[in-house]
Amino acid sequence: MAAVLNSVKSFGGNSMSVNGGPDFMDAPVTTGTSIMAVEFDGGVVIGADSRTTSGSYIANRVTDKLTPVHDRIFCCRSGSAADTQAIADIVSYHTSFHSIEVGEPPLVRTAANLFKDLCYRHREDLTAGIIVAGWDKRKGGQVYSVPLGGMLVRQAVAIGGSGSTYVYGYVDSHFKEGMTKEECFQFCANTLALAMFRDGSSGGVIRLAAINEDGIERKVITGDDIPKFWEG
Amino acid sequence: MSSIGTGYDLSASQFSPDGRVFQVEYANKAVENSGTAVGIRGKDGVVFAVEKLVQSKLYEAGANKRIFNIDRHIGMAVAGLLADARQISEIARDEASNFRYNYGGDIPCKNLADRVAMYMHAYTLYSHVRPFGCSVMLGSYDKDDGPQLYMMDPSGVHWGYYGCAIGKARQAAKTEIEKLKMADQSCRDLVKEAAKIIYIVHDEVKDKAFELELSWVGDVTNGRHEMVPKDIVVEAEKFAKESMEESDDSDEEDL
Repeated sequence: MAAVLNSVKSFGGNSMSVNGGPDFMDAPVTTGTSIMAVEFDGGVVIGADSRTTSGSYIANRVTDKLTPVHDRIFCCRSGSAADTQAIADIVSYHTSFHSIEVGEPPLVRTAANLFKDLCYRHREDLTAGIIVAGWDKRKGGQVYSVPLGGMLVRQAVAIGGSGSTYVYGYVDSHFKEGMTKEECFQFCANTLALAMFRDGSSGGVIRLAAINEDGIERKVITGDDIPKFWEG
Repeated sequence: MSSIGTGYDLSASQFSPDGRVFQVEYANKAVENSGTAVGIRGKDGVVFAVEKLVQSKLYEAGANKRIFNIDRHIGMAVAGLLADARQISEIARDEASNFRYNYGGDIPCKNLADRVAMYMHAYTLYSHVRPFGCSVMLGSYDKDDGPQLYMMDPSGVHWGYYGCAIGKARQAAKTEIEKLKMADQSCRDLVKEAAKIIYIVHDEVKDKAFELELSWVGDVTNGRHEMVPKDIVVEAEKFAKESMEESDDSDEEDL
């Protein structure tokens, strides 16, 4: 997808790739991304944008970055699309096997640990920033952040991806404990809208999902329904 | 009841004509020759009591423990060949620590019991190894699952128990355990009851000296498996000896 042999010598002057074509022909496919996850009493709400880029070319404008790893455990993927898909597949396999061995649904902590193990062990080779979120019967809704180097930390609210840098202030000032599911949906939609507005690598539609004991509720916010703020 | 499986008992990879694997049954005999161990699952924890027979006065006190720590939250009590049991405890410790490394948490007791049982069973399939000559009990406690007690025997079969006894006086011990209302009693009470059972089933004539080993895991220890503290052991032994004297006295009155 990214590596293309090219015999064209020059193209448009400014952005020249190593092989002599437009630079997006060689750029790796990344989920440039804004992702986040929030805990509430009884579950979690997760959200992501839908843009996959290869350099400046948008390879997929309706991507689903919210990937299930088990019935009640999801991960939000940012970084290299290939890396995060491969990791999520491996973790999904291990969690299924483990839950059958133990005879009960897997703990979110277990899935997060499996992500961490892969991301840390192969930290030199991977570019993957992952947020693991879900519900289990022991600790309820939980959000775990596994950023680039392979650390693991549980947080009440976690943001990630290139777009997250623009919304730390908004999240810090507007997050409060004890929100309801609907308030969390609104909070995520607002945050992601702001990130998508400012970050060139994030955009498209807002995908949201709520995970609780009863199941998964997915929402998509498109076009004019995306929250608008001061646009200048 | 002992039977001789002439010709069909030379290796664990042979069945007898009536469908028995004699090597495994002989392994059980090794367990029956050892001092009794009981495990009792109460309301808020599990208690182990072991009758550790002492062959000689020259031994150091407290040597050759028959209760092991497998992980912080799981304990193991054994009966049978002690060297075989030490091997099992190493395997169990490896499983528990691998689980913790891979999955980031405590291994559930049931899962560990499954794995240890599968390991012991593997040694009953081949002729170049012999089955383990020990039975092991695993006990744990945590807030979500409550107290758990499992026992594995040399054949690799394992069951969950409310009360379990292995070793030479297991029949007598089982009778005593059945008299208890375990599900209602806390660890503190059960420690005394377990000590009493060991004293009752101990055979003064055949086996002279013994050391009582007691351990518990439950709410009282915050989910950690520990040897019962010295002062509580002393109290439990006192209770056990007094109950024995009471029953002795009552026998004399009848005469």
